[in-house]
Parts: sequence; structure tokens; C-alpha cells
Amino acid sequence: MTLFRLVLEFMKTGLFSVGGGLATLPFLYEMSDATGWFSHADIADMIAVSESTPGAIGINMSTYAGFKTAGVPGGIAATLALAAPSVIIILIIARFLHRFRENRLVDGAFYGLRPASIAMITAAGLNVAKVALVDLSAYEQTGRLMDLFTWKAILLGALIFIGQRKLKWSPVIFIAISAVVGILLKF
Amino acid sequence: MNTLLELYWTFVKIGCVTFGGGYAMLPILERELVDKRGWTTMDDLRDYFSIGQCTPGIIALNVSTFIGEKRARIPGALAATAGFLSAPIAIILVIAAFLTNFAELDVVQHAFAGIRVCVCVLIVQAVLRLWKRSVVDAFTLGLYLAVFALNAFSSLLPVKIPAAVLVLLSGAAGILISLRKGRTGSGTGKGEAE
Repeated sequence: MTLFRLVLEFMKTGLFSVGGGLATLPFLYEMSDATGWFSHADIADMIAVSESTPGAIGINMSTYAGFKTAGVPGGIAATLALAAPSVIIILIIARFLHRFRENRLVDGAFYGLRPASIAMITAAGLNVAKVALVDLSAYEQTGRLMDLFTWKAILLGALIFIGQRKLKWSPVIFIAISAVVGILLKF
Repeated sequence: MNTLLELYWTFVKIGCVTFGGGYAMLPILERELVDKRGWTTMDDLRDYFSIGQCTPGIIALNVSTFIGEKRARIPGALAATAGFLSAPIAIILVIAAFLTNFAELDVVQHAFAGIRVCVCVLIVQAVLRLWKRSVVDAFTLGLYLAVFALNAFSSLLPVKIPAAVLVLLSGAAGILISLRKGRTGSGTGKGEAE
């Protein structure tokens, strides 16, 4: 019975949260109030965990809440429930795309969607950069512009940028190297 | 059957390294799916991202479903999605069961601060690569700047415009402008013949 409610609640979240993983947050807070399966503090912890592990916050939270309420089967069921609505919707859209890809209206829509899409990718990059390359609290303390930037992070970023262009390594290798550098230099 | 297994396994690997939200996975998808396997094109990937942005669910997941569908219809979509979910589920189950203060560990925080720098660079490079085929004239440049400003500085606005709304408006603007010009889009990004 609990498993059934878990599936239902997370399906609802999956169906109505549009956008990035963080779009699931309002639904998670609602669910926490309504069911008591996890606390608001649990959600905050899970945001931190989601940032440090692969996977989006919505996915991670469903696994966590499912596990807490109904063990391993609960964790798996809740996660699959979260994914189910979007999978069905994408399948429908994909079919539509195959058929209408050459249509003038669809082509026109993509003419506008393409720049919008990379604009949002740029904004996402800026958001990461704000946390990764800038240290606002140090700047506020000292007031010196030099302290606003995390110089070793910027140096690492520049090296990765050049490395990526010169070497044909997989991004995964660069991610691993960055993690090690982060630990060694105490980023 | 082999196709499905390969899809599943590829997305298990992608799921393992997708830190920092859907867009961070773009460079990894490019490497694994476009360069190495030729399953899709960079243009298609970008289109999947823009659709995934305005449909329900997590973007990364929507993109996985799309690619799986393109490769092997419904079974492919399910295999790719399940693959993408496998690693996060396993990791969270382990963390929930054994490690309560995982995110507070110093090592984890330092490692992640390093990873964020890399993610940043990877995103910049994805944008640079897509630029030429997306921003092709004055209209698309204007749209790029407008959407970027509204999205990046949404906290300065009295009301936050949801990303999905921006995407839908951009699509509508694209249709209007291309109809007025009587053009057929930029001529790029069409699904290639399979």
C-alpha cells in the first residue's frame, strides 16, 4: 500500500515538474508536508548530495524517499515512477518528430528554439561559473577585486580548456582529473 | 538484443558521470554518441535538449529517452532511460543505507569544487560548438541574447519567467519570423536520413 502511494506521488511529481531537476523541488516540499516521508532538512541534504553525485535532484530524492519508506524496492519503484510520465510523453513527441521533421512550421519552430536552447546552456554555464570561479564572501570581507575570483580554479579551468582542444580525451577523464586536483589543492 | 544491451550499458556509463544538471551531460553525450558511435548528431542533441526543456520531467532523462527511441524505438527508449537511472539509484541507495553525512565530507566537497570547474569549461565548449549552426542571423542573435538575459538574470526580474515558457515563446517567434520571411529555417539541424 505504501509502495502504491509512493509510486503515485512520484508519478505526479514527474508529470508536473517541467524544466531542470530543481523544478521538482516545490513538489518535494509539498510531498514532505503531506506524507512525512522525509523532512525539509532531508531535502536540503539531498540537494547537497545531488550536487556531489551524478543524477538530478528529482531522481536522487525519489530514490532516497522510496528507500526510507519501503527499502530497496521502494527506492527503485519511486524512481521509475518519477521517470514514467516523461518517458511516455517523449515517446509520443519522438514519433511526431519523425513524421513532421520536414514540415515548415516545425522547421520554423526550431529556427527559434536553437538559439534559445544554447542561450539556456550558456546561462547554466554561468550559474556553475558563479559557484566554481567566484568567491563572493572573500570579496565582501576584504573588498579587494582580486579576491573576487578563485584564481586556482580559473587556472585549472584554462588548462582544461586548452587540454580539451589539444588532446582528444574523453570529458570523463577531465572530470576525474579535476576531482583529484580539487582534493589535492583543497578547492 | 545486442543493440538494447549496448544502449543500456552506454547510458549506465553516461549516468555515472553526469554531474551538475542536464546540460553538463551534453559534452559527454557528444563524445560517446556522436563521435564514438555515430548514433546521433550534435544538431539533433541540441534539438532534444530544447524539447526536453519544455516537456515534463528531468531534461537529462528526456534526452536519454529521445536517443534511445531514435536508435531502437520503444525498447531502445526504455533501455536508455533505465541505463541512465541505474547508477544514480545505486549510488543513492548506498549513501542512504551507509553514509549519512556524505555531502559534508571534506574530500567530497573539494572533489566537487574541482569537478564544477571542469563542468564549466565543458559547457562553454558545447556552446562554442553549437554557436555557428544556431545563431545564423540578426533574429537568432537577438533571441539568443534575450533568452540568455531573461534566464541568467531572472533573479533581478519582478517575476521569474519559467524556462519552459521561454522555450515555447522562442519556438513561436521562430515560426512567425520564418513564415514572414518565407524561408525554411536555417537549413541545418534537420534529422538526417537513417
